[in-house]
Amino acid sequence: MARPLAVRDAAEAALAAGPSLWALAWARFRRHRAAVFGMAVLGAVIASAALAPLLTPYSPTALDPDHSLAPPSHEHPLGTDDLGRDELARVLYGGRVSLLVGLTAMLLGSAIGIALGSVAGYMGGWTDALVMRLVDLVLSFPAIFLLLILINWTGGRAPVVMMVGYLGLFGWTGLARIVRAEYLSLRAREFVESARALGAGAGRIVFRHILPNAMAPILVQAAFAVAGAMLAEAALDFLGFGLPPEIPTWGNLMTQAEDYITTNPILAIAPGAVVTLTVVAVFFIGDALRDALDVRSR
Amino acid sequence: MIAYVAQRAGQAGVLLLLVSLVSYGIMNAAPGGPLAVYLHNPQVTADRIELLRHQLGLDRPWYLRYLAWLAGILQGHWGYSYYTGRPVLQMIAERVPATFLLMLSAFVLAIALAFPLGVFAATRKYSWADNLLSFGSFFAWAMPTFWFGLMLQLVLAVQLRLLPVAGMHEIGSASPLDLLRHLVMPAMVLGLGSIASWSRYLRSSVLETLGQDYVRTARAKGLPDRRVRRHVLRNSMIPIVTLMGLDLHVLFSGAVITESIFGWPGMGRLFLSALSNRDYPLQMAGLMISASLLILGNLLADLTYAALDPRIRYR
Repeated sequence: MARPLAVRDAAEAALAAGPSLWALAWARFRRHRAAVFGMAVLGAVIASAALAPLLTPYSPTALDPDHSLAPPSHEHPLGTDDLGRDELARVLYGGRVSLLVGLTAMLLGSAIGIALGSVAGYMGGWTDALVMRLVDLVLSFPAIFLLLILINWTGGRAPVVMMVGYLGLFGWTGLARIVRAEYLSLRAREFVESARALGAGAGRIVFRHILPNAMAPILVQAAFAVAGAMLAEAALDFLGFGLPPEIPTWGNLMTQAEDYITTNPILAIAPGAVVTLTVVAVFFIGDALRDALDVRSR
Repeated sequence: MIAYVAQRAGQAGVLLLLVSLVSYGIMNAAPGGPLAVYLHNPQVTADRIELLRHQLGLDRPWYLRYLAWLAGILQGHWGYSYYTGRPVLQMIAERVPATFLLMLSAFVLAIALAFPLGVFAATRKYSWADNLLSFGSFFAWAMPTFWFGLMLQLVLAVQLRLLPVAGMHEIGSASPLDLLRHLVMPAMVLGLGSIASWSRYLRSSVLETLGQDYVRTARAKGLPDRRVRRHVLRNSMIPIVTLMGLDLHVLFSGAVITESIFGWPGMGRLFLSALSNRDYPLQMAGLMISASLLILGNLLADLTYAALDPRIRYR
């Protein structure tokens, strides 16, 4: 779509005028020591999960009953579990599942939250009232109890896709409230008015003009949502209502290690330490984003 | 104020009703139904399952069963367990003391630690101690609850042999000291999150209050430091009280996990076994208690907020 020349010139002039919000935010973000630490840790965790086949010759699921519950050694840096599976391989491959579940659950929750929040905030009136009552209702459910009942539908274990769906369904309310509040204040601004005067449709205004301006609090919320989803998944694994036990996830690893805590404590320590470090890293990043993007804390 | 309380209580009641309706619907839409546990049991014939279905009223549509359940709840009848056949209320009542004792201990522990830590951090803003505390609270939030429990068991019970690994009593022992020893680790695990968040909120609340004009005025007119501190603390506590109300159901939900780690004989484990037994009346009871605590906690938070801060007026 061709824009009038004058508008394009103005846009280029504005870009050339000085550092953008994002450049400023990045500069502030880099100064945050905890955030740099968080980025490094998260980067290392993601890389080691992605490159797992290069880092360990073992399969996370291959049984080796002759070498079960071996202590840490040169061949098995973290030892082996009760079925002789290499613990390091299980932690590395388990990261794939845990990170994937956390990330996709966040994406699903964010998509629902952004869609409902922006519709409510932009439309106002009874649409807004309806969406906000829905948020109130969802928030009145004790999440873990309802999750357990839902998962019990499928015999007490949820396949990955279903787990992501459930976590996403409970993870959108906070974001919907935040997005709605942003839209309520942004929709009255001059740039929205001018976009409307130029004949932009509602969809274009909502997603192309307002959404980029509401991105800062969304990003902060998204970071904490990843952490929340990962912890929730691990907790469900422990209660026996998580992903099937044959899938190596950090939660399943810790749960299966519980019985061997006296003889092979490393089996429980290693995956838990990795989860904690990963979630702390995500927290630090979220916290630094909040400072860098100047989002008012709740 | 009375009108406001009545209005909020009314809203809470409506929410609770909706929660119960949706939950009942979800539970009963489950494929297989509560009798699915018998399907693979060769001792239970198809005739017998049909009879059970009729006895339990499962051959009626779910909304009629919901209405019957609701009418029962309103009269104090919580129904009978599908699994044991005993009254649900009686089964819950047996478990309430253990869970509430655990929640109360976690609550007391959280207050006892969060307040000094929060005030300490606020008075030494950006010192190494303050930084360490904020670092520590991030870790407290990041640790999977049950992993923290496992680590406590590993260090305090297995290696140092200071505390019992799990359970509520030694067999045959009823001494308060024994109970206390069994309570230490579960209370720490359940209270950790609240310690971290309350102390952080108290810190920022104290810092905000310290910047208020009336604090400067109090100092300017020569009020002794101790009195100023009391003013500051009292006013900083308002948001924390709200937080405590909101955390009420968090403690209850957290008890499900904590009780599983430490074999604590409370409602959380009862709920988990109700899930595997497809014991709908018992599941419903657990869910409703939790939802009531959540909604009641929100209500209490709002009301205490209004009562503590005279600047807040409600229509």
